[in-house]
Amino acid sequence: MFEGFDTGVILKNLHFLIEGMQTTLLLTVVAMIGGLVLGTLLALSRLSPFKPLSFIAGSYVNFFRSMPLILVIFWFYFLVPHIVGRPVGGFYSVLVAFVLFEAAYYCEIMRAGIQSVRKGQVYAGQAVGLTYVQNMRYVVLPQAFRNMVPILLTQAIILFQDTSLVYVVGVKDFLVSADLVANRENRILEMFTTVAVVYLLICLAGSIFVRRLQRKFAT
Amino acid sequence: MKYNWDWTVLISEPYMDWLISGFGWTIAVSLLAWILAFSLGSILGILRTVDNKILRGFATGYVELFRNIPLLVQMFLWYFVFPELLPHDAGMWVKRDLPMPEFTTAAVCLGLYTASRVAEQVRAGINSISIGQSHAGLAMGLTPAQVYRYVLLPVSYRIIVPPLTSEFLTIFKNSSVALTIGVLETTAQARQIEEYTFQGFEAFTAATLLYILVTSTVMLLMRLIEGRVRIPGMISLGAK
Repeated sequence: MFEGFDTGVILKNLHFLIEGMQTTLLLTVVAMIGGLVLGTLLALSRLSPFKPLSFIAGSYVNFFRSMPLILVIFWFYFLVPHIVGRPVGGFYSVLVAFVLFEAAYYCEIMRAGIQSVRKGQVYAGQAVGLTYVQNMRYVVLPQAFRNMVPILLTQAIILFQDTSLVYVVGVKDFLVSADLVANRENRILEMFTTVAVVYLLICLAGSIFVRRLQRKFAT
Repeated sequence: MKYNWDWTVLISEPYMDWLISGFGWTIAVSLLAWILAFSLGSILGILRTVDNKILRGFATGYVELFRNIPLLVQMFLWYFVFPELLPHDAGMWVKRDLPMPEFTTAAVCLGLYTASRVAEQVRAGINSISIGQSHAGLAMGLTPAQVYRYVLLPVSYRIIVPPLTSEFLTIFKNSSVALTIGVLETTAQARQIEEYTFQGFEAFTAATLLYILVTSTVMLLMRLIEGRVRIPGMISLGAK
């Protein structure tokens, strides 16, 4: 079954694959930070008593959550150059797509997290004279973040897997690099198996870590 | 920003037909994958809760394997690598004689992937029922199989309707990954229209609206089902 499995081709192209993995990781980290910042703002808007603001944030979230990520990637691959007015390359387009798309998901996580903080805490903050911003900054968000860490990490693992979809516009991430090597060296079996194993190991390690964390927080 | 708007492109030949057939493929892939995911996921979810260590280990291994590899990579594995791993004749059959190879591969792959997620929901549903219920069943002389059939499953499936709804919505969105192995579903057709006509804005808007249509329809349907099957007084369990 695996006779003639050529490990040499993996070693020979190792630096190329590592470069791809760096792009994947860069994309994951930037999309996570960007999505988290924008998602937090969205969550605060969604929970705000000012109705139009919460309506806009809610529509944003529902809109992005009903679209497949691939379609969002195509949208921004097409839109961003139009808006900027010059070609910007695939990487920046997908980066925008990922930040905006992830923000919708992080918003829902943040909202659940903020709502998990007991009302009494908010009232106590108001009672000692904190402004809305201070109350959020010093009382609500620190506790909310703590409750959310496991879900945020799970979302990061999903995001890490989802970045492979940049394949559709040819950004040279881990999968695309492996695909290029596979076609160049005619070693499809070796390269795709390697990709699967690498993703599996990283994500498995991540999810085991999250489970440990959950157990620690639960006690 | 210079852009020539032309919405008529969406209703002109052959682009309207492309969108309609793409939408059809999206529905076909998703429904076939859902049937597979729901049946296999139910079995795996139940196996994750049984006493037998080997069965439980198998189901856990399946879930971890399929959940931790990106769907796109799985798609490539099934389409490009799987036929190579089969014995020669079977591999040749898959490559040459499999009916509608892209469609079948995509639906099976998406089904197997989603099964791992459905399994987790089914397991969570069964685990959310207090252990006293199955003890009571056993004390009454039901066999373990009967406990599942008459006590645990009827309740747990009703509890997990909301999370299953979101899995069902996810499968429609994930069906777009099938375009990477050449299934011309909604997103692929929109992309193709953009490439032929440069009317990307119109094409992607049409695709977006089609997905929103599916999402809203499913949500409406599931809300009806949810209302019908809800167990009075057990709403808090469903939130778990």
